[in-house]
This record gives sequence, C-alpha cells and structure tokens, in this order.
Amino acid sequence: MNKTIKRWFPIFVLPTLIAFLIAFLIPFIMGLYLSFCDFRTVTDAQFTGITNYIRAFSDNNEFINSLWFTVKFAVVSVISINIFAFLLALMLTKSIRGTNVFRTVFFMPNLIGGIVLGYIWQLIINGVLYRFGYAITSNPTFGYWGLVILMNWQMIGYMMIIYIAGLQNIPNDVLEAAKVDGATPFRTLFSITIPSVMPSITICLFLTITNSFKLFDQNLALTAGAPADKTQMVALDIYNTFYGSIGSEGVGQAKAVIFFVIVAVIALLQLYMTRSREVEN
Amino acid sequence: MKSKLGHFLAFLLLFFFAIVFLIPIFIVLLNSFKSKFSISQTPFVLPTEDTFVGIENYITGINNTGFPSAFFWSLFVTVFSVAVIVIFTSMTAWYIVRVKAKFTSFMYYLFVFSMIVPFQMVMFTMSKIANILALDNPYGLIIIYLGFGSGLSVFMFSGFIKSVPLGIEEAATIDGCNPLQTFWLIVFPILKPTAITVAILNTMWIWNDYLLPYLVIGSDYKTIPIAVQYLKGGYGSIDMGALMAMLVLAILPVVIFYLSCQKYIIKGVAAGAVKG
Repeated sequence: MNKTIKRWFPIFVLPTLIAFLIAFLIPFIMGLYLSFCDFRTVTDAQFTGITNYIRAFSDNNEFINSLWFTVKFAVVSVISINIFAFLLALMLTKSIRGTNVFRTVFFMPNLIGGIVLGYIWQLIINGVLYRFGYAITSNPTFGYWGLVILMNWQMIGYMMIIYIAGLQNIPNDVLEAAKVDGATPFRTLFSITIPSVMPSITICLFLTITNSFKLFDQNLALTAGAPADKTQMVALDIYNTFYGSIGSEGVGQAKAVIFFVIVAVIALLQLYMTRSREVEN
Repeated sequence: MKSKLGHFLAFLLLFFFAIVFLIPIFIVLLNSFKSKFSISQTPFVLPTEDTFVGIENYITGINNTGFPSAFFWSLFVTVFSVAVIVIFTSMTAWYIVRVKAKFTSFMYYLFVFSMIVPFQMVMFTMSKIANILALDNPYGLIIIYLGFGSGLSVFMFSGFIKSVPLGIEEAATIDGCNPLQTFWLIVFPILKPTAITVAILNTMWIWNDYLLPYLVIGSDYKTIPIAVQYLKGGYGSIDMGALMAMLVLAILPVVIFYLSCQKYIIKGVAAGAVKG
C-alpha cells in the first residue's frame, strides 16, 4: 500500500511542492541570506555581514519606535478584544432570543478587508474629531486609539465564535451541580466556566497577538503612519524601509528577519503553553 | 422571574452592541449618496436636498478605479486559487500522512513552519522571483497563492486524515483502485467538512488580500482592495464621494456571500480555530 502510493509522488505532491518552493521556501532562504547583504534587486547582492542589522537600529529610531508602538497596540487590543468577545459569548450562550441574528451581526466586520476597514474608520473618527477641530493625523494618540477601536470592531466577532464553541462544550450537569451546591454565578464563572474554556482562551490569545503584530492593511489605510511615522507599526515600517528609499533594501530585510524571530518566539511559546496544559488534563 | 429580567437586560445590551457594530457600515452607505464636499466634515448628517447627489459618486468611482474589472479579477483569483489549493493540498496531505518516511515528515514540518512566518519576511524576494519567473499576472498569482496557502491547508487536511480509518482505503485498493481513484472516490468525500473549512478560510484571506497581489502584479490588474487604495492619490488627496461609493461596492459582495453561506462560514471558522 505504502509503496504503491509512494510512486505517485509527481501527481500528489509535486504541484504543491513546486508552488511552495517558489512562493515560500526559496524566498525565505534568500531573505535570510540577503539580510546580510547590500542589494537593490535580488541578483546583485554583496555580502556585508551584520551591517544591515546595526543600521536597522542606528539609521534612525523608526524601527524601535514602531516596535514599541506595536507592542503597546497589541497589549491593549488583545485584552479588550478578548474581554468583549468572552462577555458576548457568555450572553449568547444563555438562550436569549435572536442569538443567531446577533452572532451574524457581530461576526460580519471580520469578513471585510483591512483596506476597506481602515477607510470606514478614518471617515468616522475624522467626523467626530472635526467637531473639536482635529483630524486623526493631528496627534499620534488619535491614530493609536483609532487602530485599537478598528481592531476591536474587526476581531471581537471572530473570537466570540471561538469562545461560543468552547462554552457549548461545558457539560450541563457540571453547571447544574454547581447550582445545587449553592455556588454564586460569580463563583461558577471563575471556578468552572473559565477553567473549562482555557483551550479557547489560549487560541484566542494567540490569534489576537499574532494578528495585532502583523497588522498592515488597516494601518496603511487608517493613518499610513501619520503624523511623522509616529503611528507606524512594524509591518508598515518594514514595507517603507524596502520601498520608501533606494539603498535600504538590506536594512528592510534585516528588520523583516527580526520581525520573523519575534513572531516565531510568540508562536513557540503558545505551542509550549498548549502542550503543557494538555499534559495536565 | 429574576432570570427573565436578566435575560431582558442581556437582550437590551446585545441589541445596543449590534447597533454599534452596524452603524459604521450604515454611515458609509449614507455618505455614498452625498456630494464629495459634504462628507469629511459632516459625515453623521443625513443627505439633504443640497447634498444629495444620487449615484454620481458611484459613476465617478467606477470610472476612476475600473471597478468592474477589479471585481472580475478578485473573483477570478479567489475562485481559482481556492479551488487549486483545496485540490492539491488535500492530495499532498493524504500522501504525507499515508507514506511514512523521513522526507514526508520533513515536508510536513516545513509546511507547519511556513504558517508562523510573517509575509514581510518573504515579500521582497518572493515578488522578485515571481517577476523573474513571469508569474506577475493573475494566472501566476494562483500558483503563488497555492504555495503561500499550502502551509495552513496541508496542516488542516493532515489533522483530519489521521482520523480516517485505513481499512476503507485498503479495501478500495484490493478492488483495483489506483491511489488517485482511491483518493478522489473514497477519501475526499470523507474530507468534505475539512475541505469546506479550508476553502472558507482561504477565501476570506485571498479576497481581502492587498499587499501580496499589489507587490506581485502592481496595478496592471487591480483587485478590489488595490482599486480602493488606488483612489488615494499620490499626495494624499482623495475624492471622498468616490471613496464612499467604492467602499459600499467592496462590502456588498462580502455581505451577500456571508448571508448566503453564513452557517458554513461560522462553523468553518470555529473548526479552523480549534485545529489551528
């Protein structure tokens, strides 16, 4: 059986593998190598050691600033999205009328693309700020909160769906037993509900953290980094380093490698946490 | 009694949230019928006799962006990429799970690894390679999407295939099926729920993707997100009326798609998250 299938490699695997090599693996390896080179296109690379990595931090403060801005954005978004999503999920699993309609409405923004989302919120935030004589680009704080609100609007529905799936898996008799034993709703929430949906919480935390870190389209459409690149997140900074000026392609690639390492570390931490919890159970 | 009151309060709260969630889209719709100078400053005012311009914004927007062709290319790239991804990655996943060898498990780990790599890491080199190989057109884009989407898709298919009993496949082989027949006649029908999940997750990604098609193709063939971003001129000046109309036209197909296969989308997203 095993051997018969093995001979069918060209049909079953080769198409995917070739596309994977072209779109991912070769660009990834070249990207790693080029981060140590000076280049304009990919064919004129000159090895320069770790110069690009030094320049990523020493050319200007933009990389550090964008990293810091991204972290601040991620922390606030991750917490607010997960709290709202969990509360909505709790309410929607309590057999209230119109649950399906509510679920449909809350999830919808998630399907709208980042560029479109950015312009929708630019209109609304500018409309509100105009009454006070400001625009979203007049102060980085406006752009920051604009991004947080946008991200909440987009991601709450998605996380809510995952929390609902988790909440529906809690056996009813456990909740009833708690009620019979006289547990308050508050106590039930913290001693039974939350521990039972821990897997969902880990997934949601991971998804919101990585999505917050990788945010690009929304950032480009809402503020494009204005004012003075102060609302520029890491992904946008890398893009601007690559395409904004000639001569810094290598620096852009070095920043991209650092960015990759950060995202990979978060992913591995998540994997490790999920595994150790599975062992506990 | 107490619980009834609680339910009513929860209902009110949910109702309030639902309004908050829908209002932004409603405001964009409203403004798409207003003259371009009365949008930025008073977006929350209903169109009046003076500001109402009918479908003028839609006409300008469509003319400036070539929306019909953007819609066509978005649909073309999304439909064919998703079809190609589902067909080829399901076959690859089955091969990887059924052929137990060092190279198959190595490939599996490579696919999983690719899921955690952010796009910025490969965007420059990948778009240059696409250029060199003449893949910088909508047809080549499908190959790029197959390669870039294969990580998640192979991972999800393999997770499910591991739970498919070998016995059925062996029976098919004894009855004279070759692996291709075994896969498409016996295995793939069992994989259908996963195939729907994979298709939905990839559709949501590819339809809305901006940077990858923009870098690979440029603006020769615009997809919808590229057409919307294209409205913003080089110096940040923008025709607000046309932008509002384009936003409405960009949201409309998504809403129709969502409302018509809502059940599958929500199920697919929940299933995808549990595995991812």
